[in-house]
Amino acid sequence: MIEITSMNDMWLTLLLTLDATLRLSTPLVLAAMAGLFSERSGVVDIGLEGKMLAACFASATIAHFTGSPWLALLAAVAVSLGLALVHGFATITHKGDQIVSGVALNILVSGLTIILGLTWFRQGGQTPALTGEGRFVTLDLPGSELLHSVPLLGPLYKELISGHNILVYLAFALVPLVWWVLFRTRFGLRLRAVGENPKAVDTAGISVNALRYKAVMIGGVLCGIAGTYIAIAHNAQFTRDMTAGAGYIALAALIFGKWRPLTVLVACLLFGFLQAFAMRIEGVDLPVIGSIPVQIIEAVPYILTVILLAGFIGKAIPPKAVGRPYVKER
Amino acid sequence: MSLAIELENIDKRFGAVHANVNVDLQVREGSIHGIVGENGAGKSTLMSILYGFYHADAGTIKVFDKECHFQDSHQAIAIGIGMVHQHFMLIDNFTVLENVMLGAEGGYLLAEGMDKARTELQRLAREYGLDVDLDATIESLSVGLQQRVEILKALYKGAKILILDEPTGVLTPQETDELFKIFAALKEQGVTIVLITHKLREIMAVTDAVSVMRQGAMVAHVATETTSESQLAELMVGRKVLLDVTKSDIKPGEVLLKVKQLNWQDQHGVMRLKNINLDIRAGEVLGVAGVSGNGQSELLQVLSGINPIQDGCIEVHGNSFTVKQQTNAGKMREFGMAHVPEDRHKMGMITEFSAAESAILGYHKDAELNNGIWLKPDLVEKRCLDLMQAFDVRPNDVKLKSANFSGGNQQKLILAREMEHQPEVLLIGQPTRGVDVGAIEFIHQRILDMRGAGKAVLLVSVELEEILSLSDRIIVMCDGEITGRMAIEDADERSIGMLMANAQQAHDPLQANEKQGVQA
Repeated sequence: MIEITSMNDMWLTLLLTLDATLRLSTPLVLAAMAGLFSERSGVVDIGLEGKMLAACFASATIAHFTGSPWLALLAAVAVSLGLALVHGFATITHKGDQIVSGVALNILVSGLTIILGLTWFRQGGQTPALTGEGRFVTLDLPGSELLHSVPLLGPLYKELISGHNILVYLAFALVPLVWWVLFRTRFGLRLRAVGENPKAVDTAGISVNALRYKAVMIGGVLCGIAGTYIAIAHNAQFTRDMTAGAGYIALAALIFGKWRPLTVLVACLLFGFLQAFAMRIEGVDLPVIGSIPVQIIEAVPYILTVILLAGFIGKAIPPKAVGRPYVKER
Repeated sequence: MSLAIELENIDKRFGAVHANVNVDLQVREGSIHGIVGENGAGKSTLMSILYGFYHADAGTIKVFDKECHFQDSHQAIAIGIGMVHQHFMLIDNFTVLENVMLGAEGGYLLAEGMDKARTELQRLAREYGLDVDLDATIESLSVGLQQRVEILKALYKGAKILILDEPTGVLTPQETDELFKIFAALKEQGVTIVLITHKLREIMAVTDAVSVMRQGAMVAHVATETTSESQLAELMVGRKVLLDVTKSDIKPGEVLLKVKQLNWQDQHGVMRLKNINLDIRAGEVLGVAGVSGNGQSELLQVLSGINPIQDGCIEVHGNSFTVKQQTNAGKMREFGMAHVPEDRHKMGMITEFSAAESAILGYHKDAELNNGIWLKPDLVEKRCLDLMQAFDVRPNDVKLKSANFSGGNQQKLILAREMEHQPEVLLIGQPTRGVDVGAIEFIHQRILDMRGAGKAVLLVSVELEEILSLSDRIIVMCDGEITGRMAIEDADERSIGMLMANAQQAHDPLQANEKQGVQA
């Protein structure tokens, strides 16, 4: 009897860790898909972090004032889209350096959100904590209570599949959609082409700039959703630098997943799992090893990406024209 | 017969460069029209304007008797103009089908257009003899096949006028013949072809009419049958040109460069040089023929000391270098080897440097230029001025940025730098690539002067004519191997062409290429 209970406990622990994995992966998936569009079109997007952070702040602020998560989402998307357009204006229209523009956005947002937070709310750069409404609430899928008693699968359904908010489902539904757009539509064909050889696209009579703007804007929208998720679905307020490097991890996942939607999803889940795992074992004494410093596990995504880039796990070949502004005249 | 293209008073400037000056052009429908001119004469600019890629500052464009104002290439494509660029506009990791469809997908979703495109392409392939595997990725195809994809792309988009910019530069003679057969098939179907080239022999072989450009302006329109190669050359350059150089009789002396069993592998593990053996005597020019990318660049880089020796032995004037006895580019210079690299912008000079600085690269440690630790600027500039005078580099302004000289003058400056140092062995890669006809004549003469002075010259060139007119002996390279050796008396274009495609293995090189493409 006791053995069965402990089996069930272990199963539950695993499920809860995986559940946390899904929740922690969601912003990574959204941001990585944003980066995928942008980089497939040839525009490096190191500003994922900044756009998400700005979206966090915007959504938390609007949710606080209006109490509507949907208005908050709208505002976050608008702010993030605006920043994406700034990046586009600097790098597509004016052929500026994409890394410099992206980093500038990150620094700008990091400072601006704190200053605005301090002046508007006087809570040390945070926004006021949201109560029940104003947040995206979890959705219980039909039948989760009913199936609860079914062994193994019941808890799987209840803990892992049911009980997330709508943005989580949106994020994971997005991945096959991105794949389909990229490989089965005209827009996707042109997008992939412009990231490889913009001149070929230009001579085919297609506007390189328009394509890149579209890609960057899609990235802006997705970062807006990601930021909203972090601030008012996963948390209940904005705090300083609350994205905590999620944008960079998403970028790492993008590279690790070789710029392909499905493998990027796997990379996001892996990195999300590492975060969930780090949280679970924090302070826990493991047999033999003792307690593992959380920082080591948190560094794993970056270490894996470096190993990948060094060529140990297959080869990550970026879109050929990524990072290079397209200049037409000779 | 009606006109396919009529250009009037086309004018175009890029900043200070007047690329097209008041250009007129008439091309009859269904004809093959050649446009010749030196590099920088404005041919490509003119065609890019016709294709809607650049906008003319002034002038009118009429296509099939309709006046056109192209805002972008899309409109030019829509009216039936197709262009095959010198550097192919293909996406390397896309399939042939995807490349052809780009810009003419036929709907928001790919699936619907794809089947239609496939059937249409199969029809075009049959009609014009343009066979190519539609599902192969571009990177797996030979250059000749990639060019077919470009032609297919244009035809698929409904091109009635096909513009080809230097189409034969990357082809073997056999592939070139095949291309000309395709031209004939296209012409038969009523397609108008505009052929931009600097190879006069091709103009004489395939065109019906020819227009000559010089310094941005049209200088002549003639029917091909009423003109000759030498007349065209004269029109291009604006003065009489000697197309053939005369070589003096020299008895070759001792062996100055000897290469034994040289193998070399690149970073991807591909063998770029396979068992290379050769020697060059004093007073001898050894020509290395081959389609570019068959190991010639690697050969130059290993011989000049830029890349380390991995296997085999190089002997320069009696000093031998091996894996154990490594060398480098600086040391090779000291042992009397000079190198004029194939790509002058990447390896020959630093385009942002002044002429004076570019003129001492590699020789910057010369005692006469240095004063302990400092370079002496006045001596550096004097050295440059001397070189410029000796090789007629224009303008002879030592402070001018290297990038601002024309291709021919840049090349002359590099040749001057390497030759005036009186090396024993001279390695030259593509001496006249992107160089105008007048400078070609000069450069060829200087190479023969080196030969006359008893130096050993290794000449790598993709221009077969150049190899044939300068060399004493010829080796042919294909896929990293020497596939043939011959004395100049026994050499002819056709047999070298076969060796360039390594025709011992498959008797028809084109078929061999096709097989390769289909399998890939």
